[in-house]
Amino acid sequence: MSSLACPEGIVHTASAPDFLPVRLLRDLQLDRLRGIVRRAYERVPLFRARMEERGLTPASLRALEDLAAFPFTVKADLRDTYPFGLFASPMEEVVRLHASSGTTGKPIVVAYTQADLDVWSEVMLRTFAACGVHRGDVVQNAYGYGLFTGGLGAHYGAESLGATVIPMSGGNTERQLMVMQDFGVTALCSTPSYFLHLLERARETKAGLGQLRVGVFGAEPWSDAMRSRIEAESGIRAYDIYGLSEIIGPGVGSECGRQDGLHLFEDHFFPEVVDPSTGAVLPEGTEGELVLTTLSKQAMPMIRYRTRDITAIRPEPCECGRTLRRIRRISRRSDDMFVIRGVNVFPSQVETALLAVEGTLPHYQIVLTREKGLDAMEVRVEVTPEVFSDRIRALEELRHKLSRSVEHTLGIRAAVTLVEPRTIQRSEGKARRVLDQREI
Amino acid sequence: MPLVKQLSLFLENEPGHLKVPCQALGRAGIDILTMSLADTQQFGILRLVVEEWERARSVLQEAGCVVTVTDLLAIEVPDRPGGLAGLLEQFEAAKLGIEYLYPFPSGTRRGSMLLVFRLDDPLEAAERLRRQGVRVLDRAEVLARLAG
Repeated sequence: MSSLACPEGIVHTASAPDFLPVRLLRDLQLDRLRGIVRRAYERVPLFRARMEERGLTPASLRALEDLAAFPFTVKADLRDTYPFGLFASPMEEVVRLHASSGTTGKPIVVAYTQADLDVWSEVMLRTFAACGVHRGDVVQNAYGYGLFTGGLGAHYGAESLGATVIPMSGGNTERQLMVMQDFGVTALCSTPSYFLHLLERARETKAGLGQLRVGVFGAEPWSDAMRSRIEAESGIRAYDIYGLSEIIGPGVGSECGRQDGLHLFEDHFFPEVVDPSTGAVLPEGTEGELVLTTLSKQAMPMIRYRTRDITAIRPEPCECGRTLRRIRRISRRSDDMFVIRGVNVFPSQVETALLAVEGTLPHYQIVLTREKGLDAMEVRVEVTPEVFSDRIRALEELRHKLSRSVEHTLGIRAAVTLVEPRTIQRSEGKARRVLDQREI
Repeated sequence: MPLVKQLSLFLENEPGHLKVPCQALGRAGIDILTMSLADTQQFGILRLVVEEWERARSVLQEAGCVVTVTDLLAIEVPDRPGGLAGLLEQFEAAKLGIEYLYPFPSGTRRGSMLLVFRLDDPLEAAERLRRQGVRVLDRAEVLARLAG
């Protein structure tokens, strides 16, 4: 038997934990949490030292709420213990290593035992199932293969679901479009910005997207407005998925058919939302920074890992029948934020402001400069055939509208510059939205 | 009536940017019949009338340009003092505002100049001008005149 009836219809049996009664789920979480805290305490010197500093032992954890007293783990901890300092398994049991690209200095390294890989495949399987992908689908995996967790994570998840997987990896847009057509691809995994790039090329070459039905998009924040445009322009259903290497890779959470928040696979990852400045746990429904604790990870348990992703936990039940709590879509990260003239700005706010005006998918970049001690923000927007006019007046009007919309949204003035198509650097992976040229 | 088609291109106000579309048309062997370049502080708009506008559009799009197509009204104006003023009176009588205009190169003097006008709703404008007794040339007539 490989399917299960639920309010959403028929899903794979591996999705059964998605529908656990809440009480059973909480019991399971507490049981696993105690185990993981003990494992971290006994096997990882850093975790032990941090707990001892606060007079905590694994026995201090009697209820899920007690976790709030435990110390956080941050990205710098992974760098400081580079490469293997946070491993809780001997190397003989570690069967896979991944590493983040690391924009500065050393990358961070993450490890998996065979059991960890099995969990990873399972949560990615449940991700695909929640996005309406099933056996018989042809999945083009355009996440990068290699040290990045996206490629292999999606690969094994889709394979264990029983779908046909094409391990494309990122890049080579023409080839991606050819394979999509010729192999009858029905589902695509990529970053949303790379899909925009594919869509644009497909339109230019009039190649189309063949039988593509579902997009499983993750690895960077994107907005609901962007989703509406993607769906309208391409005719596919675009789902948001969530994950990070430090926790497991993709597969931490996923949207379901309702596309209204992402269910967290809470039986493996325990969520809290905290005030980013004080670290205090916030009540459900309040916006803050997502903090995750792995409940089953052997090789590299994470206790209260600060994700830097801003969201809120939505405890109310979902119509799909999943009992897993949802988080609001992550459209910003606390470290994406930049401050200009004392105002906190997230690139996603600029994106929303642009989409409110323009009738098309914007390629944009934010450029920050400083002249005579004064900060200025410029938003470069590529001109598309949809908005281009032969009249200067119409283009100037568009520019003013965009600039007013940004000012209205952010409360600060921004110069909008129209630029030629494809002058803003296209990413095969994650979009680089902010160019900070201020010399501080 | 098939009106004269204009291709408009978006250009950044940077050295070298005008060359890209011109090279693309050159490689494709497409002749520019007339053109006008409008510029602002930030960007420019290159407006072109070419012989094979559909092929030219594909060539330019493949070169990565953003292109729009607009109908223009081609009208002959007497090449003498007051010639254009007389025509503009007809525009006024027809209650038509002009967005912009530019001429075709005339070569030797032939008694008249050929201008193209960009107006709101070109088909409606052409009809109103006809009622004023102004002759609007169609695409074939323009090509024939330029050839002759």
